[in-house]
Amino acid sequence: MNLEAVRAIYKFEMARARRTVTQTIISPVISTSLYFVVFGAAIGSRIQSVGGVGYGSFIVPGLVMLSLLGQSIANASFGIYFPRFTGTIYEVLSAPVSAVEIVLGYAGAAATKSVILGVIILITARLFVPLQLLHPLWMVAFLVLTAATFSLVGFIIGIWADGFEKLQIVPLLIVTPLTFLGGSFYSINMLPHPWRTVALFDPVVYLISGFRWSFYGIADVNVAVSLGMTAVFLAVSLAIVWWIFRTGYRLKT
Amino acid sequence: MDNIIEISAVSKTYGSGFIALKGIDLAIRRGEIFALLGPNGAGKTTLISIVCGIVRASSGQVKVDGHDIVRDWRRARALIGLVPQELTTDAFESVWNTVSFTRGLFGLRANPAHLESVLRALSLWDKRNSRIMTLSGGMKRRLLIAKALAHEPRVLFLDEPTAGVDVDLRHDMWQLISRLRGEGVTVILTTHYIEEAEEMADRVGVINKGELVLVRDKSDLMREFGSKRLSLRLRRPLAAVPPALEGWRLELSGDGGELTYIYDAKDAHDGVGGFLDRVRDAGIEFTDLGTTESSLEDIFVSLVRQSP
Repeated sequence: MNLEAVRAIYKFEMARARRTVTQTIISPVISTSLYFVVFGAAIGSRIQSVGGVGYGSFIVPGLVMLSLLGQSIANASFGIYFPRFTGTIYEVLSAPVSAVEIVLGYAGAAATKSVILGVIILITARLFVPLQLLHPLWMVAFLVLTAATFSLVGFIIGIWADGFEKLQIVPLLIVTPLTFLGGSFYSINMLPHPWRTVALFDPVVYLISGFRWSFYGIADVNVAVSLGMTAVFLAVSLAIVWWIFRTGYRLKT
Repeated sequence: MDNIIEISAVSKTYGSGFIALKGIDLAIRRGEIFALLGPNGAGKTTLISIVCGIVRASSGQVKVDGHDIVRDWRRARALIGLVPQELTTDAFESVWNTVSFTRGLFGLRANPAHLESVLRALSLWDKRNSRIMTLSGGMKRRLLIAKALAHEPRVLFLDEPTAGVDVDLRHDMWQLISRLRGEGVTVILTTHYIEEAEEMADRVGVINKGELVLVRDKSDLMREFGSKRLSLRLRRPLAAVPPALEGWRLELSGDGGELTYIYDAKDAHDGVGGFLDRVRDAGIEFTDLGTTESSLEDIFVSLVRQSP
């Protein structure tokens, strides 16, 4: 295992995050604060509680997931796409670095940044609403698993994209709508019957539900199912990344 | 001398159907400077990219110091440094960070002393904390060389290393390459500046349309394919070449004042001495003489035109 290479890529990517701290950290924190103002204060005043949890507190896990998914994808996709765009990817491809090491470096850095962001958002949220954390270890597990999974998704998008527009298509047209419809701001039990069933086809429901359960012990779906679905997403993402390196898709001709 | 790179029957057909390489066999000797020459699209960069692991060969085998680039890719790649043709750099990164990054990619721990010596050798030490975007084109080119040397490679590929580089800098690079050879590094370079190959290379390979046209020691190539010209400035102009000199490859200038003898290693006659004896026997007097020889560029152009 070329651990020095993993460390080099990881360090390089983390340095990029430091250079773009406004975009990476400050911007999502401001956006999250605005969600609290709009959804927490304006709408929350009309919804007293959901499952016994105050609405402002209820939406915190969803907001963390919203940022976590978006930033994991953005960080990882940009991290691998930019060297492809500038041509510097030749360095990584010609170095004695395996696919696993490349992914650990790029996706690991993206996941780390997302986890840091998630923690910052939780701290920010704590300034607005009270938080309860019933299952801290499970919270960390969901946080890390989701960050890792969607960093892999971002890595895949960064390999697939052949332009900056494509880099944005999946996050904007698929991930963001799924996150909004996946129970970030409500429990799917609040939906009328047919839509509640339809919502179960949204994979993000399982991520948010499991994560919310770790805070308040309330969930839209069984926590084991949430964990299982998260593991399935991770496995599918890993399989696609494995296929990319095996075939050289968009990396090697 | 043993071979550090062995390329056997390597072919490459791209997805578009374009055949870039057709059964290339080539051995690079340890410690030599090998110049790979060819026109645009000949397959030079494809061949280099295959050896470095960036492009996959359609068939054939490549070994670097005995390590197969597919089965034993880690060991093979660890030995290679690559300077790409394009000025591909991380614009926002500093010079020091980017060379450190490259060293790390090759699995080596930080070695500030080595990186400092590389940057000093390439006159980049003063720019170590500068962002790459602030460097001139020549500095970026040197930076790419510094990155390729960051992990102390035993084989260095230079793909058009001096493209867009001014004359002084080009000569500095030639000196650096010679010094690397002195340290035992094998250098393979592609270049459009034939003068560069003529100046530095021990051996020359000419590739055209995906086929290796020839591989020769540079001196053998010059001797075998090159020609020399001996020009005599005549005391009295001639109206025509005298019958006594028939059978020699001669050119008489338009004003009849200069007689030029063209000869090469395969010339059937006994060279310059014999020619001058014949001239004297023919009663031709001359006031001055000079010789010129064809350059590697002349030979290269002729070889590329001749190849199918």
